[in-house]
Amino acid sequence: MTHTAQAPGAASIPGDMTADRAAARTRRLRRPSGSVVVMTLYLLFLMLPIYWLLNMSLKTNTEILSGLTLFPHTLTFENYATILTDASWYMGYVNSLIYVVMNTVISLAVALPAAYAFSRYSFMGDKHLFFWLLTNRMAPPAVFALPFFQLYSSVGLFDTHIAVALAHCLFNVPLAVWILEGFMRGVPREIDETAYIDGYSFGKFFVKIFMPLIASGIGVAAFFCFMFSWVELLLSRTLTSVDAKPIAATMTRTVGAAGVDWGVLAAAGVLTIVPGALVIYFVRNYIAKGFALGRV
Amino acid sequence: MNKTVNQKAWFLVLPVLVLVAFSAVIPLMTVVNYSVQDTFGNNVFFWNGIRWFEEMLADERMWNALGRQLVFSSIILAIEVPLGILVALSMPKRGFWASFCLVVMSLPLLIPWNVVGTIWQIFGRIDIGLLGYTLDAIGIDYNYTQDFYAAWITVVVMDVWHWTSLVALLAYAGLQSIPDAYYQAAKIDQASRWAVFRYIELPKMAGVLMIAILLRFMDSFMIYTEPFVVTGGGPGNATTFLSIDLVKMALGQFDLGPAAAFSIMYFLVILLISWVFYTVMTNLDKRDAKG
Repeated sequence: MTHTAQAPGAASIPGDMTADRAAARTRRLRRPSGSVVVMTLYLLFLMLPIYWLLNMSLKTNTEILSGLTLFPHTLTFENYATILTDASWYMGYVNSLIYVVMNTVISLAVALPAAYAFSRYSFMGDKHLFFWLLTNRMAPPAVFALPFFQLYSSVGLFDTHIAVALAHCLFNVPLAVWILEGFMRGVPREIDETAYIDGYSFGKFFVKIFMPLIASGIGVAAFFCFMFSWVELLLSRTLTSVDAKPIAATMTRTVGAAGVDWGVLAAAGVLTIVPGALVIYFVRNYIAKGFALGRV
Repeated sequence: MNKTVNQKAWFLVLPVLVLVAFSAVIPLMTVVNYSVQDTFGNNVFFWNGIRWFEEMLADERMWNALGRQLVFSSIILAIEVPLGILVALSMPKRGFWASFCLVVMSLPLLIPWNVVGTIWQIFGRIDIGLLGYTLDAIGIDYNYTQDFYAAWITVVVMDVWHWTSLVALLAYAGLQSIPDAYYQAAKIDQASRWAVFRYIELPKMAGVLMIAILLRFMDSFMIYTEPFVVTGGGPGNATTFLSIDLVKMALGQFDLGPAAAFSIMYFLVILLISWVFYTVMTNLDKRDAKG
Protein backbone atom coordinates (compact mmCIF):
# COMPACT_ATOMS: atom_id res chain seq x y z
CA MET A 1 0.00 0.00 0.00
CA THR A 2 2.62 2.46 1.10
CA HIS A 3 4.80 1.30 -1.74
CA THR A 4 2.33 2.58 -4.32
CA ALA A 5 2.33 5.95 -2.58
CA GLN A 6 6.09 6.12 -2.96
CA ALA A 7 6.16 4.68 -6.47
CA PRO A 8 8.95 5.91 -8.75
CA GLY A 9 6.30 7.53 -10.96
CA ALA A 10 6.00 10.41 -8.49
CA ALA A 11 8.88 12.28 -10.09
CA SER A 12 7.72 15.73 -9.05
CA ILE A 13 8.54 15.14 -5.38
CA PRO A 14 10.93 17.84 -4.12
CA GLY A 15 14.42 16.87 -3.09
CA ASP A 16 13.94 16.90 0.66
CA MET A 17 10.99 14.56 0.33
CA THR A 18 13.19 12.12 -1.58
CA ALA A 19 15.72 12.22 1.21
CA ASP A 20 12.91 11.56 3.64
CA ARG A 21 11.85 8.62 1.60
CA ALA A 22 15.34 7.21 1.53
CA ALA A 23 15.56 7.64 5.27
CA ALA A 24 12.22 5.91 5.64
CA ARG A 25 13.40 3.07 3.48
CA THR A 26 16.58 2.52 5.45
CA ARG A 27 14.57 2.68 8.64
CA ARG A 28 12.22 0.07 7.32
CA LEU A 29 15.15 -2.07 6.29
CA ARG A 30 16.96 -1.63 9.55
CA ARG A 31 14.01 -2.19 11.85
CA PRO A 32 13.17 -5.77 10.92
CA SER A 33 16.83 -6.68 11.05
CA GLY A 34 16.97 -5.21 14.56
CA SER A 35 14.10 -7.48 15.54
CA VAL A 36 15.81 -10.44 13.99
CA VAL A 37 18.97 -9.74 15.96
CA VAL A 38 17.03 -9.44 19.24
CA MET A 39 15.08 -12.63 18.56
CA THR A 40 18.15 -14.58 17.49
CA LEU A 41 20.07 -13.55 20.59
CA TYR A 42 17.13 -14.32 22.85
CA LEU A 43 16.44 -17.74 21.34
CA LEU A 44 20.15 -18.51 21.49
CA PHE A 45 20.15 -17.57 25.17
CA LEU A 46 17.20 -19.92 25.72
CA MET A 47 18.61 -22.82 23.75
CA LEU A 48 22.25 -22.79 24.90
CA PRO A 49 21.72 -24.31 28.38
CA ILE A 50 19.30 -26.88 26.94
CA TYR A 51 21.76 -27.72 24.19
CA TRP A 52 24.48 -28.13 26.78
CA LEU A 53 22.34 -30.63 28.69
CA LEU A 54 21.60 -32.57 25.49
CA ASN A 55 25.26 -32.44 24.52
CA MET A 56 26.34 -33.85 27.89
CA SER A 57 23.73 -36.59 27.81
CA LEU A 58 25.29 -37.95 24.61
CA LYS A 59 28.84 -38.06 25.96
CA THR A 60 30.66 -40.60 28.05
CA ASN A 61 31.64 -39.54 31.56
CA THR A 62 35.32 -39.65 30.66
CA GLU A 63 34.73 -37.20 27.84
CA ILE A 64 32.66 -34.92 30.07
CA LEU A 65 35.36 -34.76 32.72
CA SER A 66 38.40 -34.73 30.47
CA GLY A 67 37.72 -31.30 29.00
CA LEU A 68 35.22 -29.05 27.30
CA THR A 69 33.93 -30.27 23.95
CA LEU A 70 31.22 -28.36 22.11
CA PHE A 71 29.72 -31.52 20.64
CA PRO A 72 30.12 -35.20 21.57
CA HIS A 73 33.19 -36.68 19.89
CA THR A 74 32.33 -40.22 20.85
CA LEU A 75 28.58 -40.28 20.48
CA THR A 76 26.99 -42.64 22.98
CA PHE A 77 23.45 -43.58 23.95
CA GLU A 78 24.72 -45.47 26.97
CA ASN A 79 23.27 -42.92 29.41
CA TYR A 80 19.78 -43.27 27.97
CA ALA A 81 20.13 -47.03 27.94
CA THR A 82 20.98 -46.96 31.65
CA ILE A 83 17.76 -45.13 32.43
CA LEU A 84 15.46 -47.04 30.13
CA THR A 85 16.60 -50.48 31.28
CA ASP A 86 16.81 -49.88 35.03
CA ALA A 87 13.43 -50.21 36.75
CA SER A 88 14.36 -47.92 39.63
CA TRP A 89 15.02 -45.24 37.00
CA TYR A 90 12.17 -45.57 34.58
CA MET A 91 9.64 -46.23 37.33
CA GLY A 92 10.28 -42.61 38.28
CA TYR A 93 8.82 -41.56 34.94
CA VAL A 94 5.95 -44.00 35.30
CA ASN A 95 5.16 -42.70 38.79
CA SER A 96 5.25 -39.10 37.62
CA LEU A 97 3.02 -39.85 34.66
CA ILE A 98 0.52 -41.76 36.82
CA TYR A 99 -0.04 -38.99 39.33
CA VAL A 100 0.06 -36.27 36.68
CA VAL A 101 -2.64 -37.99 34.61
CA MET A 102 -4.72 -38.70 37.71
CA ASN A 103 -4.47 -35.09 38.74
CA THR A 104 -5.44 -33.84 35.27
CA VAL A 105 -8.50 -36.09 35.16
CA ILE A 106 -9.67 -35.15 38.67
CA SER A 107 -9.06 -31.44 38.12
CA LEU A 108 -10.99 -31.34 34.85
CA ALA A 109 -13.85 -33.49 36.16
CA VAL A 110 -14.58 -31.13 39.05
CA ALA A 111 -13.63 -27.91 37.27
CA LEU A 112 -15.92 -28.30 34.25
CA PRO A 113 -19.28 -28.00 36.06
CA ALA A 114 -17.91 -25.35 38.40
CA ALA A 115 -16.59 -23.23 35.54
CA TYR A 116 -19.98 -23.53 33.84
CA ALA A 117 -21.71 -22.33 36.99
CA PHE A 118 -19.34 -19.35 37.30
CA SER A 119 -19.70 -18.37 33.66
CA ARG A 120 -23.50 -18.66 33.46
CA TYR A 121 -25.09 -18.04 36.82
CA SER A 122 -24.76 -15.66 39.69
CA PHE A 123 -25.36 -17.13 43.09
CA MET A 124 -24.76 -16.35 46.71
CA GLY A 125 -21.05 -15.87 47.40
CA ASP A 126 -19.91 -16.56 43.84
CA LYS A 127 -17.39 -13.72 43.73
CA HIS A 128 -15.88 -14.61 47.09
CA LEU A 129 -15.62 -18.23 46.04
CA PHE A 130 -13.90 -17.31 42.79
CA PHE A 131 -11.42 -15.15 44.69
CA TRP A 132 -10.80 -17.86 47.25
CA LEU A 133 -9.96 -20.29 44.44
CA LEU A 134 -7.41 -17.82 43.12
CA THR A 135 -5.70 -17.55 46.50
CA ASN A 136 -5.13 -21.30 46.38
CA ARG A 137 -3.45 -21.04 42.99
CA MET A 138 -1.16 -18.42 44.52
CA ALA A 139 -0.48 -20.29 47.77
CA PRO A 140 3.19 -21.14 48.30
CA PRO A 141 3.67 -24.94 48.29
CA ALA A 142 6.24 -24.49 51.07
CA VAL A 143 3.43 -23.48 53.44
CA PHE A 144 1.55 -26.66 52.66
CA ALA A 145 4.41 -29.16 52.59
CA LEU A 146 4.39 -30.05 56.29
CA PRO A 147 0.60 -30.13 56.85
CA PHE A 148 0.15 -32.23 53.70
CA PHE A 149 2.74 -34.67 54.95
CA GLN A 150 0.89 -35.05 58.24
CA LEU A 151 -2.58 -35.15 56.69
CA TYR A 152 -1.77 -37.85 54.17
CA SER A 153 0.27 -39.85 56.67
CA SER A 154 -2.64 -39.87 59.11
CA VAL A 155 -5.13 -41.13 56.51
CA GLY A 156 -2.67 -43.74 55.26
CA LEU A 157 -2.15 -42.24 51.82
CA PHE A 158 1.53 -41.37 52.23
CA ASP A 159 3.67 -42.58 49.32
CA THR A 160 0.72 -43.25 47.00
CA HIS A 161 0.06 -41.67 43.61
CA ILE A 162 -3.36 -40.44 44.64
CA ALA A 163 -1.84 -38.41 47.51
CA VAL A 164 0.32 -36.41 45.11
CA ALA A 165 -2.56 -36.10 42.64
CA LEU A 166 -4.84 -34.70 45.36
CA ALA A 167 -2.13 -32.40 46.70
CA HIS A 168 -1.57 -30.92 43.25
CA CYS A 169 -5.30 -30.21 43.03
CA LEU A 170 -4.50 -27.36 45.42
CA PHE A 171 -3.25 -25.23 42.53
CA ASN A 172 -4.53 -27.11 39.48
CA VAL A 173 -8.27 -27.08 40.25
CA PRO A 174 -8.36 -23.28 40.63
CA LEU A 175 -6.25 -22.95 37.49
CA ALA A 176 -8.60 -25.22 35.51
CA VAL A 177 -11.68 -23.38 36.75
CA TRP A 178 -10.24 -20.00 35.78
CA ILE A 179 -9.06 -21.13 32.34
CA LEU A 180 -12.32 -22.94 31.51
CA GLU A 181 -14.40 -20.02 32.72
CA GLY A 182 -12.42 -17.77 30.36
CA PHE A 183 -13.23 -20.01 27.41
CA MET A 184 -16.87 -20.61 28.39
CA ARG A 185 -17.76 -16.94 28.56
CA GLY A 186 -16.94 -16.77 24.86
CA VAL A 187 -19.81 -19.16 24.06
CA PRO A 188 -23.08 -17.23 23.59
CA ARG A 189 -25.80 -18.09 26.08
CA GLU A 190 -28.40 -18.37 23.34
CA ILE A 191 -26.95 -21.81 22.59
CA ASP A 192 -27.79 -23.02 26.11
CA GLU A 193 -31.28 -21.59 25.94
CA THR A 194 -32.01 -23.04 22.50
CA ALA A 195 -30.87 -26.46 23.66
CA TYR A 196 -33.12 -26.34 26.72
CA ILE A 197 -36.08 -25.30 24.56
CA ASP A 198 -35.31 -28.23 22.27
CA GLY A 199 -35.75 -30.48 25.27
CA TYR A 200 -32.19 -31.33 26.14
CA SER A 201 -31.55 -32.19 29.77
CA PHE A 202 -28.66 -30.38 31.44
CA GLY A 203 -26.39 -33.42 31.40
CA LYS A 204 -27.07 -34.27 27.79
CA PHE A 205 -26.66 -30.67 26.68
CA PHE A 206 -23.40 -30.33 28.57
CA VAL A 207 -21.78 -33.46 27.15
CA LYS A 208 -23.26 -33.50 23.64
CA ILE A 209 -23.29 -29.81 22.76
CA PHE A 210 -21.36 -27.67 25.20
CA MET A 211 -18.19 -29.71 25.66
CA PRO A 212 -17.47 -29.99 21.92
CA LEU A 213 -17.90 -26.21 21.68
CA ILE A 214 -15.19 -25.56 24.24
CA ALA A 215 -13.01 -28.50 23.19
CA SER A 216 -9.99 -26.25 22.68
CA GLY A 217 -10.51 -24.79 26.16
CA ILE A 218 -10.61 -28.26 27.69
CA GLY A 219 -7.45 -29.15 25.81
CA VAL A 220 -5.66 -26.06 27.06
CA ALA A 221 -6.82 -26.58 30.65
CA ALA A 222 -5.68 -30.20 30.49
CA PHE A 223 -2.31 -29.13 29.13
CA PHE A 224 -1.79 -26.64 31.94
CA CYS A 225 -2.86 -29.09 34.65
CA PHE A 226 -0.48 -31.63 33.16
CA MET A 227 2.32 -29.14 32.98
CA PHE A 228 2.06 -27.63 36.46
CA SER A 229 1.77 -31.07 38.02
CA TRP A 230 4.75 -32.25 35.99
CA VAL A 231 7.08 -29.39 36.91
CA GLU A 232 6.25 -29.30 40.63
CA LEU A 233 8.71 -31.00 42.93
CA LEU A 234 8.44 -29.79 46.52
CA LEU A 235 5.06 -31.40 47.28
CA SER A 236 5.58 -34.55 45.25
CA ARG A 237 8.92 -35.14 46.92
CA THR A 238 7.56 -34.52 50.41
CA LEU A 239 4.62 -36.89 49.94
CA THR A 240 6.51 -39.87 48.53
CA SER A 241 9.39 -42.09 49.57
CA VAL A 242 9.67 -45.20 47.40
CA ASP A 243 6.55 -46.47 45.66
CA ALA A 244 5.40 -43.23 44.10
CA LYS A 245 8.68 -41.38 43.87
CA PRO A 246 8.65 -38.91 40.97
CA ILE A 247 11.41 -38.78 38.37
CA ALA A 248 12.50 -35.35 39.50
CA ALA A 249 13.34 -36.76 42.94
CA THR A 250 14.90 -39.91 41.47
CA MET A 251 17.48 -37.73 39.75
CA THR A 252 19.27 -37.10 43.03
CA ARG A 253 20.54 -40.69 43.00
CA THR A 254 23.13 -39.83 40.37
CA VAL A 255 25.09 -38.27 43.23
CA GLY A 256 26.95 -41.23 44.68
CA ALA A 257 30.06 -41.97 46.69
CA ALA A 258 32.13 -41.98 43.50
CA GLY A 259 30.98 -38.49 42.53
CA VAL A 260 28.21 -37.43 40.20
CA ASP A 261 27.24 -39.50 37.20
CA TRP A 262 26.90 -36.46 34.95
CA GLY A 263 25.97 -38.27 31.78
CA VAL A 264 23.02 -40.09 33.33
CA LEU A 265 21.91 -36.96 35.18
CA ALA A 266 21.88 -35.02 31.91
CA ALA A 267 20.03 -37.81 30.09
CA ALA A 268 17.39 -37.94 32.83
CA GLY A 269 16.99 -34.16 32.56
CA VAL A 270 16.55 -34.34 28.79
CA LEU A 271 13.90 -37.04 29.18
CA THR A 272 11.88 -34.82 31.54
CA ILE A 273 11.74 -32.10 28.88
CA VAL A 274 10.36 -34.45 26.23
CA PRO A 275 6.67 -34.69 27.30
CA GLY A 276 6.24 -30.92 27.36
CA ALA A 277 8.10 -30.47 24.11
CA LEU A 278 5.89 -33.03 22.37
CA VAL A 279 2.58 -31.29 23.05
CA ILE A 280 3.63 -27.64 23.11
CA TYR A 281 3.08 -27.30 19.35
CA PHE A 282 -0.64 -27.98 19.68
CA VAL A 283 -1.31 -25.33 22.30
CA ARG A 284 1.17 -22.69 21.08
CA ASN A 285 -1.55 -20.16 20.26
CA TYR A 286 -3.28 -20.55 23.63
CA ILE A 287 -0.28 -20.68 25.90
CA ALA A 288 -0.53 -16.99 26.82
CA LYS A 289 -4.21 -17.39 27.64
CA GLY A 290 -3.45 -20.36 29.85
CA PHE A 291 -0.74 -18.56 31.80
CA ALA A 292 -3.01 -15.55 32.26
CA LEU A 293 -5.64 -17.87 33.81
CA GLY A 294 -7.91 -17.57 30.80
CA ARG A 295 -7.89 -13.79 30.78
CA VAL A 296 -6.22 -12.63 27.55
CA MET B 1 -23.11 -10.26 30.20
CA ASN B 2 -25.83 -10.23 32.86
CA LYS B 3 -26.08 -13.61 34.47
CA THR B 4 -29.24 -15.21 35.77
CA VAL B 5 -29.51 -15.67 39.50
CA ASN B 6 -29.62 -19.38 40.23
CA GLN B 7 -28.82 -20.65 43.69
CA LYS B 8 -28.84 -24.24 42.43
CA ALA B 9 -25.55 -23.47 40.68
CA TRP B 10 -24.02 -24.22 44.06
CA PHE B 11 -24.46 -27.91 43.29
CA LEU B 12 -22.20 -27.53 40.27
CA VAL B 13 -19.54 -25.86 42.38
CA LEU B 14 -19.83 -28.33 45.24
CA PRO B 15 -17.24 -30.89 43.99
CA VAL B 16 -14.61 -28.17 43.65
CA LEU B 17 -15.50 -26.87 47.07
CA VAL B 18 -15.14 -30.28 48.72
CA LEU B 19 -11.90 -31.10 46.94
CA VAL B 20 -10.20 -27.77 47.58
CA ALA B 21 -11.43 -27.77 51.16
CA PHE B 22 -9.73 -31.13 51.61
CA SER B 23 -6.48 -30.03 50.00
CA ALA B 24 -6.37 -26.45 51.29
CA VAL B 25 -8.57 -25.74 54.29
CA ILE B 26 -7.66 -28.77 56.41
CA PRO B 27 -3.90 -28.30 55.99
CA LEU B 28 -4.23 -24.61 56.60
CA MET B 29 -6.12 -25.24 59.83
CA THR B 30 -3.31 -27.56 60.92
CA VAL B 31 -0.92 -24.69 60.41
CA VAL B 32 -3.11 -22.33 62.41
CA ASN B 33 -3.30 -24.97 65.11
CA TYR B 34 0.47 -25.29 65.39
CA SER B 35 1.02 -21.57 65.34
CA VAL B 36 -0.74 -21.07 68.69
CA GLN B 37 0.57 -24.16 70.52
CA ASP B 38 3.80 -25.42 71.98
CA THR B 39 4.99 -28.89 72.86
CA PHE B 40 7.58 -30.67 74.98
CA GLY B 41 7.35 -33.76 72.78
CA ASN B 42 5.18 -36.89 73.03
CA ASN B 43 2.49 -35.14 71.03
CA VAL B 44 1.36 -33.17 74.08
CA PHE B 45 0.46 -29.68 72.99
CA PHE B 46 -0.57 -26.72 75.07
CA TRP B 47 -1.90 -23.27 74.30
CA ASN B 48 0.76 -20.74 73.60
CA GLY B 49 -1.19 -17.71 72.43
CA ILE B 50 0.53 -15.41 69.99
CA ARG B 51 3.99 -15.96 71.43
CA TRP B 52 5.33 -17.62 68.26
CA PHE B 53 4.20 -14.67 66.20
CA GLU B 54 5.91 -12.25 68.56
CA GLU B 55 9.03 -14.34 68.48
CA MET B 56 9.08 -14.52 64.68
CA LEU B 57 8.44 -10.82 64.30
CA ALA B 58 11.33 -10.06 66.64
CA ASP B 59 13.58 -12.56 64.86
CA GLU B 60 16.17 -11.16 62.48
CA ARG B 61 16.08 -14.35 60.45
CA MET B 62 12.62 -13.85 58.95
CA TRP B 63 13.22 -10.18 58.18
CA ASN B 64 16.47 -11.02 56.44
CA ALA B 65 14.78 -13.67 54.32
CA LEU B 66 11.98 -11.24 53.52
CA GLY B 67 14.51 -8.57 52.57
CA ARG B 68 16.37 -10.93 50.24
CA GLN B 69 13.06 -12.03 48.78
CA LEU B 70 11.96 -8.47 48.01
CA VAL B 71 15.32 -7.58 46.48
CA PHE B 72 15.20 -10.71 44.34
CA SER B 73 11.62 -10.12 43.16
CA SER B 74 12.38 -6.47 42.32
CA ILE B 75 15.51 -7.34 40.36
CA ILE B 76 13.86 -10.00 38.24
CA LEU B 77 10.82 -7.79 37.56
CA ALA B 78 13.12 -4.93 36.52
CA ILE B 79 14.87 -7.23 34.06
CA GLU B 80 12.09 -9.52 32.84
CA VAL B 81 9.39 -6.95 32.11
CA PRO B 82 11.39 -4.64 29.78
CA LEU B 83 13.14 -7.63 28.18
CA GLY B 84 9.82 -9.43 27.73
CA ILE B 85 8.30 -6.37 26.03
CA LEU B 86 11.33 -6.02 23.77
CA VAL B 87 11.13 -9.67 22.76
CA ALA B 88 7.37 -9.43 22.16
CA LEU B 89 7.89 -6.40 19.89
CA SER B 90 10.61 -8.23 17.99
CA MET B 91 8.62 -11.39 17.39
CA PRO B 92 7.39 -12.12 13.88
CA LYS B 93 3.68 -11.37 13.61
CA ARG B 94 2.55 -14.45 11.71
CA GLY B 95 3.69 -17.39 9.65
CA PHE B 96 6.10 -20.21 10.29
CA TRP B 97 8.62 -18.16 12.27
CA ALA B 98 5.95 -16.89 14.66
CA SER B 99 5.01 -20.49 15.52
CA PHE B 100 8.66 -21.44 15.75
CA CYS B 101 9.40 -18.62 18.21
CA LEU B 102 6.31 -19.45 20.29
CA VAL B 103 7.33 -23.10 20.61
CA VAL B 104 10.99 -22.45 21.42
CA MET B 105 10.12 -19.72 23.90
CA SER B 106 7.65 -21.97 25.71
CA LEU B 107 10.26 -24.69 26.21
CA PRO B 108 11.86 -23.36 29.43
CA LEU B 109 8.39 -22.94 30.95
CA LEU B 110 7.71 -26.68 30.62
CA ILE B 111 10.88 -27.99 32.23
CA PRO B 112 10.50 -29.38 35.75
CA TRP B 113 11.82 -26.81 38.17
CA ASN B 114 14.54 -28.92 39.67
CA VAL B 115 15.76 -29.77 36.16
CA VAL B 116 15.98 -26.01 35.52
CA GLY B 117 18.18 -25.89 38.59
CA THR B 118 20.22 -28.85 37.37
CA ILE B 119 20.68 -27.31 33.92
CA TRP B 120 22.12 -24.12 35.40
CA GLN B 121 24.11 -25.97 37.99
CA ILE B 122 25.86 -27.83 35.18
CA PHE B 123 26.01 -24.82 32.85
CA GLY B 124 27.74 -22.69 35.46
CA ARG B 125 30.37 -25.17 36.61
CA ILE B 126 33.93 -24.18 35.85
CA ASP B 127 35.06 -27.67 34.90
CA ILE B 128 32.22 -28.98 32.73
CA GLY B 129 29.82 -26.07 32.13
CA LEU B 130 29.95 -23.89 29.06
CA LEU B 131 29.19 -20.66 30.95
CA GLY B 132 31.52 -21.28 33.89
CA TYR B 133 34.30 -22.51 31.64
CA THR B 134 34.03 -19.52 29.29
CA LEU B 135 33.98 -17.01 32.15
CA ASP B 136 36.93 -18.73 33.74
CA ALA B 137 38.82 -18.79 30.44
CA ILE B 138 38.47 -15.05 29.92
CA GLY B 139 39.73 -14.44 33.42
CA ILE B 140 36.59 -13.69 35.41
CA ASP B 141 36.61 -15.22 38.86
CA TYR B 142 33.30 -17.03 38.92
CA ASN B 143 32.18 -19.59 41.50
CA TYR B 144 28.52 -19.66 42.40
CA THR B 145 28.92 -21.94 45.40
CA GLN B 146 31.48 -19.69 47.13
CA ASP B 147 30.99 -16.16 45.96
CA PHE B 148 28.03 -14.01 47.06
CA TYR B 149 27.68 -12.04 43.83
CA ALA B 150 28.24 -15.04 41.57
CA ALA B 151 25.49 -16.92 43.41
CA TRP B 152 23.05 -14.05 43.10
CA ILE B 153 23.83 -13.42 39.44
CA THR B 154 23.42 -17.11 38.64
CA VAL B 155 20.05 -17.30 40.38
CA VAL B 156 18.81 -14.09 38.72
CA VAL B 157 20.01 -15.10 35.24
CA MET B 158 18.42 -18.51 35.72
CA ASP B 159 15.09 -16.94 36.58
CA VAL B 160 15.34 -14.57 33.61
CA TRP B 161 16.05 -17.58 31.41
CA HIS B 162 13.15 -19.51 32.93
CA TRP B 163 10.38 -16.91 33.03
CA THR B 164 11.03 -13.99 30.64
CA SER B 165 9.16 -15.93 27.96
CA LEU B 166 6.02 -15.76 30.10
CA VAL B 167 6.09 -11.95 30.07
CA ALA B 168 6.92 -11.99 26.36
CA LEU B 169 4.08 -14.39 25.51
CA LEU B 170 1.52 -12.33 27.40
CA ALA B 171 2.75 -9.05 25.88
CA TYR B 172 2.69 -10.71 22.46
CA ALA B 173 -0.92 -11.79 23.00
CA GLY B 174 -1.74 -8.16 23.86
CA LEU B 175 0.01 -6.91 20.71
CA GLN B 176 -1.86 -9.39 18.52
CA SER B 177 -5.16 -7.81 19.58
CA ILE B 178 -4.24 -4.44 18.01
CA PRO B 179 -6.04 -3.99 14.67
CA ASP B 180 -3.90 -3.07 11.65
CA ALA B 181 -5.94 0.10 11.20
CA TYR B 182 -4.26 1.59 14.28
CA TYR B 183 -0.82 1.24 12.71
CA GLN B 184 -2.04 2.63 9.39
CA ALA B 185 -3.48 5.66 11.16
CA ALA B 186 -0.17 6.15 12.94
CA LYS B 187 1.68 5.95 9.64
CA ILE B 188 -0.58 8.60 8.10
CA ASP B 189 0.14 10.83 11.09
CA GLN B 190 3.84 10.08 10.59
CA ALA B 191 4.12 8.95 14.17
CA SER B 192 7.59 7.99 15.33
CA ARG B 193 8.39 4.44 16.43
CA TRP B 194 8.43 5.63 20.04
CA ALA B 195 5.04 7.35 19.66
CA VAL B 196 3.56 4.17 18.20
CA PHE B 197 4.85 2.25 21.17
CA ARG B 198 3.84 4.83 23.75
CA TYR B 199 0.35 5.67 22.51
CA ILE B 200 -0.80 2.52 20.70
CA GLU B 201 1.07 -0.56 21.82
CA LEU B 202 1.66 0.18 25.48
CA PRO B 203 -1.98 1.08 26.34
CA LYS B 204 -3.20 -2.04 24.53
CA MET B 205 -0.67 -4.18 26.40
CA ALA B 206 -1.30 -2.55 29.78
CA GLY B 207 -3.88 -5.10 30.91
CA VAL B 208 -1.91 -8.24 30.10
CA LEU B 209 1.30 -6.66 31.32
CA MET B 210 -0.34 -6.05 34.67
CA ILE B 211 -1.25 -9.74 34.82
CA ALA B 212 2.29 -10.67 33.81
CA ILE B 213 3.84 -8.46 36.49
CA LEU B 214 1.56 -9.80 39.22
CA LEU B 215 2.12 -13.42 38.18
CA ARG B 216 5.88 -12.96 38.06
CA PHE B 217 5.90 -11.17 41.41
CA MET B 218 3.80 -13.83 43.05
CA ASP B 219 5.66 -16.81 41.58
CA SER B 220 9.06 -15.32 42.33
CA PHE B 221 7.82 -14.62 45.84
CA MET B 222 7.41 -18.33 46.46
CA ILE B 223 10.40 -19.57 44.48
CA TYR B 224 11.94 -22.63 46.07
CA THR B 225 13.19 -25.45 43.88
CA GLU B 226 15.47 -23.70 41.40
CA PRO B 227 17.73 -21.77 43.81
CA PHE B 228 17.62 -24.69 46.22
CA VAL B 229 19.09 -27.00 43.59
CA VAL B 230 21.71 -24.53 42.38
CA THR B 231 22.96 -22.91 45.57
CA GLY B 232 21.08 -24.67 48.37
CA GLY B 233 20.42 -21.23 49.84
CA GLY B 234 24.10 -20.42 50.12
CA PRO B 235 26.83 -19.34 50.25
CA GLY B 236 25.97 -18.84 53.89
CA ASN B 237 22.42 -17.54 53.72
CA ALA B 238 22.97 -15.38 50.66
CA THR B 239 20.21 -16.90 48.53
CA THR B 240 17.93 -18.22 51.28
CA PHE B 241 14.56 -16.89 50.17
CA LEU B 242 11.33 -17.12 52.14
CA SER B 243 10.26 -20.58 50.97
CA ILE B 244 13.72 -22.07 51.41
CA ASP B 245 13.92 -20.66 54.91
CA LEU B 246 10.44 -21.96 55.72
CA VAL B 247 11.12 -25.49 54.48
CA LYS B 248 14.40 -25.50 56.40
CA MET B 249 12.53 -24.53 59.53
CA ALA B 250 9.52 -26.84 59.12
CA LEU B 251 10.94 -30.01 57.57
CA GLY B 252 14.60 -29.66 58.46
CA GLN B 253 14.53 -28.54 62.08
CA PHE B 254 10.90 -29.47 62.78
CA ASP B 255 10.30 -26.19 64.62
CA LEU B 256 6.56 -26.52 64.15
CA GLY B 257 5.39 -23.50 66.11
CA PRO B 258 7.65 -20.84 64.61
CA ALA B 259 7.35 -22.38 61.15
CA ALA B 260 3.55 -22.28 61.39
CA ALA B 261 3.56 -18.65 62.53
CA PHE B 262 5.93 -17.87 59.66
CA SER B 263 3.60 -19.70 57.23
CA ILE B 264 0.59 -17.72 58.31
CA MET B 265 2.28 -14.36 57.90
CA TYR B 266 3.66 -15.51 54.56
CA PHE B 267 0.17 -16.56 53.51
CA LEU B 268 -1.35 -13.22 54.55
CA VAL B 269 1.09 -11.38 52.30
CA ILE B 270 0.14 -13.68 49.42
CA LEU B 271 -3.54 -13.10 50.18
CA LEU B 272 -3.04 -9.36 49.92
CA ILE B 273 -1.29 -9.65 46.54
CA SER B 274 -3.94 -12.07 45.30
CA TRP B 275 -6.58 -9.50 46.14
CA VAL B 276 -4.78 -6.86 44.05
CA PHE B 277 -4.51 -9.42 41.25
CA TYR B 278 -8.21 -10.25 41.45
CA THR B 279 -9.21 -6.59 41.35
CA VAL B 280 -7.08 -6.04 38.25
CA MET B 281 -8.59 -9.10 36.57
CA THR B 282 -12.19 -8.14 37.24
CA ASN B 283 -11.56 -4.56 36.08
CA LEU B 284 -10.11 -5.94 32.86
CA ASP B 285 -13.15 -8.14 32.37
CA LYS B 286 -15.43 -5.16 32.84
CA ARG B 287 -13.45 -3.09 30.36
CA ASP B 288 -13.62 -5.91 27.80
CA ALA B 289 -17.36 -6.22 28.32
CA LYS B 290 -17.81 -2.51 27.63
CA GLY B 291 -15.63 -2.21 24.53
